[in-house]
Amino acid sequence: MFYQIIARVMSTILNQIKIKNQYLISVLSVGTVASLCLFIRDYLDYKIVGYLLLVVVSVLSMFLAILPLLLSAVLSALILNFLFIKPYYTLHISNAEDSLLLILFFIIALVNAVLTHKIRRAEKILQVKEVRINTMKLYNALLDSLSHELRTPISTIMGAIDTIQSKSVPISDENKDNLYGEIEKASLRLNHQVENLLNMSRLESGVIEPKMDWCDLEELIYNVLDHLKEDLQFHKVIVKTDENLPLFKLDYGLMQQIIYNLVFNASQYTPKGAKIEIKVSYNAAVDFEYNPEKLFPCVITIADDGIGFPENEIDKVFDKFYRLQNSKTGGTGLGLSIVKGFVEAQHGIVKLENREEGGSVFTLSFHTLTMNTKEISNEIAINK
Amino acid sequence: MNNGAQILVIDDEIQIRKLLEITLDSNNYRTIFAVNAKEGLSMVANHQPDLVILDLGLPDEDGQVVLKRLREWYKNPIIILTVKSAEDEIVKALDNGANDYLTKPFRTQELLARIRTALRNSVTEEKEPIIEFGSVSIDLASRIVRLNNEILKLTTTEYNLLSIFVKNDGRVLTHQYLLKEVWGNSYADQTQYLRVFVAQLRKKIEEDPNRPKFIITESGVGYRFNTS
Repeated sequence: MFYQIIARVMSTILNQIKIKNQYLISVLSVGTVASLCLFIRDYLDYKIVGYLLLVVVSVLSMFLAILPLLLSAVLSALILNFLFIKPYYTLHISNAEDSLLLILFFIIALVNAVLTHKIRRAEKILQVKEVRINTMKLYNALLDSLSHELRTPISTIMGAIDTIQSKSVPISDENKDNLYGEIEKASLRLNHQVENLLNMSRLESGVIEPKMDWCDLEELIYNVLDHLKEDLQFHKVIVKTDENLPLFKLDYGLMQQIIYNLVFNASQYTPKGAKIEIKVSYNAAVDFEYNPEKLFPCVITIADDGIGFPENEIDKVFDKFYRLQNSKTGGTGLGLSIVKGFVEAQHGIVKLENREEGGSVFTLSFHTLTMNTKEISNEIAINK
Repeated sequence: MNNGAQILVIDDEIQIRKLLEITLDSNNYRTIFAVNAKEGLSMVANHQPDLVILDLGLPDEDGQVVLKRLREWYKNPIIILTVKSAEDEIVKALDNGANDYLTKPFRTQELLARIRTALRNSVTEEKEPIIEFGSVSIDLASRIVRLNNEILKLTTTEYNLLSIFVKNDGRVLTHQYLLKEVWGNSYADQTQYLRVFVAQLRKKIEEDPNRPKFIITESGVGYRFNTS
């Protein structure tokens, strides 16, 4: 286990070091150790120097590629012979014992290098396999939720049409109207899911470039609530914003989708009559100074008084395709991961907590340009 | 009731053509169809339809190019169909002379409303001097606005903005267009002015400024003033 961790850390280091620099590292480390030893050559047995160089080669073998590694093995053998085995400054060796030692040194260094390299390669293959297994798991989760979420409305539409068109069994006008209603609901649900999938694929492919522009968040929030009025008819929604709420430079479309998904979620997972509170807060300093260059905090919280999230699942809810263990209502597990992606695309942070008084709260924090609108309004007086 | 206005639909999807044919026919419009840009351009020339519905995603030519070429000589309204989350495309199409847009999937009631607006705007160019909506009345000649028969105090900027809105009832107006018209060319990307003054105007003329009925936000595109 410990070795695996070391090996993983090392292989990440390896991936980041260019091959040219690896040769440099190998020459430099052997050279440094050898020159340090050179100063105390007279007090040291050359065998000790040999061991030291072996240690250097072993350490290098943990993160260098095979060729720079072989270079360090060959180089250290040559240096050992040239500088530390008498007679100095020649490659000549006077006695048989020293020759044998040098050969042994070279073999150990070589075997060490090759073995470590092989282990590392096996480790890498294992890692690739693990990633593939995880991808498969994710893929299966996607298929599961997708097939359910898309097939249910499609079945509804197809079934309802069959019943309406059926010639053998007459159907009352009232039932016909009900079926039309179901077809409408099903197609809206289908549209919602397709929209989610498209947003997710936009995020995945990295094509989202936020278009930062001045946003009136109060207007934006009410706009979203208007789109959700059907889903919210049994909920108590409270919007708390300051009367002189400044404008914030954010992406209007992304913010709309973020708030839509969070409020939609709250409406689906809280009981009838539950309270949903949306609040925007900002740094009051904005009221007194306007600095077009300075980033100010903008915090949006969306709280509900439902049952909250299981503590052990809070960290996972933003994961793609994650759905709560006990969730009854449908869903692809995409909504919250889209929220996270869209918030981060605007350099913000999203956080989920359970509230002490019950229910949960999503907190969106941004650091963004902020504009006090009083200055613009003041223009009226001039225009008058 | 629609005087049998002739509408050309340029769309390569047979299902959309079928849907539009039934919907428009049952609303007393005369419909003709083209399946690609080439056919569309020649049909506009040959039939001079009263209105064109143009899908931006055509197989043989970029819809924006078709739009530009049509606008070189064709004066009647053009409504474009496009996919959602393509706000840049929509703004570009409006700049290229499209009168309105709809994103797929769309509701047919919405489409019919847009067609009515576009046809009405193209017929009556000159407006009545007094315009009324909700409990507001605007006398464009004397520049007086009344709310519940009492004079409503508006600033110059608020009045200019409102008068552009009422003169373009039902039409979508882009941020850039509004900024240029009310504040001048150099303000074209100063959206903060628009945000502030739209909010102010809503507080003065809307019954519930948080649920506006008249000044509707078109996300990422602009605003639409709507009295019907």
